[in-house]
Amino acid sequence: MNNTNEKPEYILDCKGISKSFGGTHALQGVQLQVRPGEVHALLGENGAGKSTLMKIIIGLQKEDAGEVQFEGKPYSANGPSEAIRAGISMIHQELNPEPYLSIAESIFLKREDTHQHTPFLNKSETNRRATELLKQYHLNMNPKALMESLTLAQMQMIEILKAVSCNARLVIMDEPTSSLDSEETERLFQTIRNLKEQGVTIIYISHRMEEIFKICDSYSVFRDGRFIGTGKVGEISVNELISMMVGRKVENVFPKVDCPIGDVVFKAEGLTGKGFRDINFEVHAGEILGFSGLVGSGRSETMRAIFGLDPLKSGKMYLNGKETRIKSPRDAISKGIAMINEDRKNYGLCLFRSIRENISLPNLPARQKGFLLNQKREKNECRVVAKTLTVKMASIESQAYSLSGGNQQKVVIAKWVLAAPKLLILDEPTRGVDVGAKSEIHTLMSKFASEGMAIIMVSSELPEVMGMSDRILIYHEGRINGEVMRANILNASENQETILSKEFGGR
Amino acid sequence: MNKNQETRVLGMDQHELNLFMKRYGIVFVMLGMFVILMFASPNFLKTNNLINILVSVSINGVLALGMVFVITAGGIDLSIGAMLALASTTIGAVLNLTGNNLLACIAAILICGLLGLVNGVLVAKFNMFPFVVTLASQLVIRGLGFVISGGYSFALANPKFSQIGLGKLFPLMPYPVIILLVVFLISYVLLHWTKFGRYVYAVGGNINAATASGVNIFWTRTMTFVISGIFAGIAGILMTAKINAAQPNIGVGYETDAIAACVIGGASFAGGVSTIPGTLVGIVIIGLIYNGMNLIGIESYYQTIVKGLLIIGAVMLDMTINKKRS
Repeated sequence: MNNTNEKPEYILDCKGISKSFGGTHALQGVQLQVRPGEVHALLGENGAGKSTLMKIIIGLQKEDAGEVQFEGKPYSANGPSEAIRAGISMIHQELNPEPYLSIAESIFLKREDTHQHTPFLNKSETNRRATELLKQYHLNMNPKALMESLTLAQMQMIEILKAVSCNARLVIMDEPTSSLDSEETERLFQTIRNLKEQGVTIIYISHRMEEIFKICDSYSVFRDGRFIGTGKVGEISVNELISMMVGRKVENVFPKVDCPIGDVVFKAEGLTGKGFRDINFEVHAGEILGFSGLVGSGRSETMRAIFGLDPLKSGKMYLNGKETRIKSPRDAISKGIAMINEDRKNYGLCLFRSIRENISLPNLPARQKGFLLNQKREKNECRVVAKTLTVKMASIESQAYSLSGGNQQKVVIAKWVLAAPKLLILDEPTRGVDVGAKSEIHTLMSKFASEGMAIIMVSSELPEVMGMSDRILIYHEGRINGEVMRANILNASENQETILSKEFGGR
Repeated sequence: MNKNQETRVLGMDQHELNLFMKRYGIVFVMLGMFVILMFASPNFLKTNNLINILVSVSINGVLALGMVFVITAGGIDLSIGAMLALASTTIGAVLNLTGNNLLACIAAILICGLLGLVNGVLVAKFNMFPFVVTLASQLVIRGLGFVISGGYSFALANPKFSQIGLGKLFPLMPYPVIILLVVFLISYVLLHWTKFGRYVYAVGGNINAATASGVNIFWTRTMTFVISGIFAGIAGILMTAKINAAQPNIGVGYETDAIAACVIGGASFAGGVSTIPGTLVGIVIIGLIYNGMNLIGIESYYQTIVKGLLIIGAVMLDMTINKKRS
């Protein structure tokens, strides 16, 4: 990298960018100024306009007004490949790897090496270059391994390497940690630091405040398509940042309201299945039982087995004191167990059906008038539930995909509000959800608990688990490796460090 | 996104307009064809011709209304053409044995429904691709038709059977049209007003989400094939009555027209998107292509070409109206 004095102050300088879709102003004269070599956090609730600006920068969309300068020169791209050629790459939140390409083929896709003067591929050269690149970033992977054999975190690393190998000077990362566990996140941060050393600038989009303060140098905040402010991360507090994003003071992001704890609703005895062994716990009416642990530690697998999505190898389950067997989700639902899956797109919603149809899907058997559906009742119920949960939507007939992530999650929750389950399992209930919707979802969970529902919450965000749970079970490699009571969190005898150490297998 | 200002068309915002166009865009295409044919041929608007169109689409219509259930649940049924032949030879055989029209009809519907069940179980239980399952089963089904008939066409033992195709309820309403309308109503109620219909949409829209919502995937997918089979049996009755003979070699390629009607009517091959009224419009549009071109005197070779182009056009229209799958 050349470090001459003529370098402009900002590597990326966006001024007065506006963009409308139909009559909707997605961006209204926003600015974004990123200094070379820094990690710049771009913050804002879902729908604030972050993604629209990023799409403009990588050429997926065209601005209506405004000016973008990259490395001191006017810049515009018609599509991602032009942006990559100019030196800007984006690591998307959802990776779309070619599963049957090798790591090396994937990195050099569309830039394959060929034998001189022939159209034939030179695989050994491609593999050699990939090996070099992997070594440079201290990644211990076989360049010939297929993409499908990698973990999400590894695929992401490959995406980053791909960007670097295209000589990217600016890398945009959209929620890069949303499906990583803390160890993988730490490794990603190490890579980000490496990139910084190489002089690469990074725009970092995330909803997780701890990460912003850990890895980012400066920030810019958007709200409702407007630019709100920018500055150095070291000169601002979490609460100030959050209130810039939501435009109101969020007093307590994690408000579990205390309520009386009732009888045991569900009890697990020696549950064993793929990814977990000998799991014992009970959860009471009115209680929120938190499941903490690394991604892949077996929490979600346990929940899927309880809900009947995956088979159990052994173990017993008791519902209201009676032993019960669950063969399928249908079985679980009829017995009063509901589960909100961590994978909203695949297990939560039929995106192209209406909000109404999505909400009523698990509740149809009880809403029949003879052979036919009671559609009037259905409409009324869905309208009421959607309103109670403050789903922001055009109408209940809108398709689910038209909603933002937070509102989609509320629709998923709405499905189960009508079912009124005895046990509600929430797996990562606020993943990819903006701050405002997050706190609303937490309020709902408190409300359900106070109405006597037993709640299990799996979450990889420690502050969330610690704020919401009455009791926390800590998973390590498929086993429960410790239990923490709410009282001990409140009187600070247990804290993030003690929980984290148990997640990593400590005692 | 905040929506403070909207460009409004016909009192609808962009979102509503998209929904409206998606729902009714194809109706405008149909009306457009009506208008063109009105001017192109003086005979078009005659009651006789309009009824003729409905009679001519009745077989394909009943098939398409069964097909739309399968497509909506994310499948496809290529065996319905062969089922027409099996229904026809079954009717012939039962009439030879008993001479009872009603019994023959019931037998045709039962055997086609049963084979639909086999298709459904193979798809839903063993998770085989519907395309492959029905591609194979149509060979078996057509073979059964040949076995029953000994490979020959033969006359129906009860001459009254052809009345199903020729008879009229009122001076105007031929039985095939009435049967089509009854099947249409049954389909409408099933898909739009029942729990089962909702499950069909959910299974086609997102099978994992449907599972996690407690939908019985096996039952839902299987039933769509059973419905397709039963409707193919009904269409087989109409066809047999129309040709007034039991023939093992009829119905070749009929699945294509049925699929075309579904797709023109707005059904998505990805599953989870379709409507029964849309399918009916798709059926009528195909009828108009054949009828209109006959009236104008265009050779039948061109009709197939137009139909093919129209399917591509319908899919493109759907893609542009719903720019969502990008």
